[in-house]
Amino acid sequence: MSASILPLSLTNVAYASNGQPIISGVSLAIEAGASTIILGANGAGKSVLMRLMHGLLQPTAGAVRWNEPDAASLRRRQAMVFQRPVMLRRSALANVIYALALAGVPAAEREAQALAALDEVGLRHLAHRAARVLSGGEQQRLALARALLFRPDWLFLDESTSAMDEKLEAELYALLAKRLPTTTIVSIAHRSTVVGLHQRHIEMSPEDGHITLRDAAKTAAAQ
Amino acid sequence: MLSAIAEGLQRVFQLDAELWRIVLLSLEVSLSAVLLATVLGLPLGAALAVKRFPGRRGVIVTLNALMGLPPVVVGLLVYLLLSRAGPLGELGLLFTPSAMAIAQTILILPIIAALARQALEDAWREYEEQLRSLGAQGMQAALTLLWDARFSLITAVLAGLGRASAEVGAVMIVGGNIDGVTRVMTTAIALETSKGDLPLALGLGFVLIAIVLVLNSAAQLIKDAAQRRFG
Repeated sequence: MSASILPLSLTNVAYASNGQPIISGVSLAIEAGASTIILGANGAGKSVLMRLMHGLLQPTAGAVRWNEPDAASLRRRQAMVFQRPVMLRRSALANVIYALALAGVPAAEREAQALAALDEVGLRHLAHRAARVLSGGEQQRLALARALLFRPDWLFLDESTSAMDEKLEAELYALLAKRLPTTTIVSIAHRSTVVGLHQRHIEMSPEDGHITLRDAAKTAAAQ
Repeated sequence: MLSAIAEGLQRVFQLDAELWRIVLLSLEVSLSAVLLATVLGLPLGAALAVKRFPGRRGVIVTLNALMGLPPVVVGLLVYLLLSRAGPLGELGLLFTPSAMAIAQTILILPIIAALARQALEDAWREYEEQLRSLGAQGMQAALTLLWDARFSLITAVLAGLGRASAEVGAVMIVGGNIDGVTRVMTTAIALETSKGDLPLALGLGFVLIAIVLVLNSAAQLIKDAAQRRFG
């Protein structure tokens, strides 16, 4: 197992679905540290790019490489929170416990860890409520609680706070920054308040599927 | 006709020993078959829903086609297997309730597996990304799907039970319809009707319909309650 799964490098990556190209010729490298946001219009391929990075999709051309050859270790050291996270038909607490079981956490420790994570995202009082009847925002917070537990090297947030109000969204980003100080976060989001929290911007062009990687601080200074 | 119906109902409610012995044996055979077919069919359905392998489509088409297996053909095949000269003849199972349960299992296994595969494949479309992201692989993912879709799978199991309890041809061939040994509701109804003993045939018919109605109602209540509780 390598010390860090980063850097991540994409070399001339393309992805097509049913013969329809969605992204093409994407090359970039992301080092550990600064958080990154993927920007672009609807249909530009932001979620596809994120899924290619996370390994949920395989590129139709090019290569996605992490600094970790062991696939199981790579999976454990990254996490993704979806815009509409899928909740299992069980309680909120049991959903978090399930994720801990998959991660190999001893059974005796799971409930305490899960309750602590729910507490952090403000869902402790709903621990025994069925997860699928929670509101969209509550389900997103529950999914973030699952991600927090693993302290991943890399965290993908695919519009993971879109169902929350701006105040709660800001609180959760602050919580992530505090609890996961060494985690490289890559987000897709639209609110300017969230965009401003990220140091690097990946801009995707809907016309040719290509991307531009910008350093937000340098861009601001230039302006 | 009306007097036959009245007498049939009377035999049901007066707990006629012959009638209820047949009912209990029918339940024993059909429930054993459903249990065995469920144990085999649900994992098979889950594997087909989750795993991608060459020839998968062909397996699914074959499984769907097997849902329409003719019972008498299944009965004949099991008869040949279990007959004294057959490969499993030494087991001495022919004309026993076990042989009937085996035949019913073969009949309903494709039904349970195919319906489970369809329900679980629908669930997999919803769950796949999340489970893969959390690190659930093959067997873990299949077990999670089975557990989460457990209330939908009741329908698959009930469809199997319905087919098993309503089946005549296969159990007639491998059971022999021996009074007090292998006579079940469907074979008894066929026999008593041909003999003209309509009250017993009607009484058994009422019980058969009642069992199917009660089981389906209970399943629906369970599904509704689960939907309210778990979403």
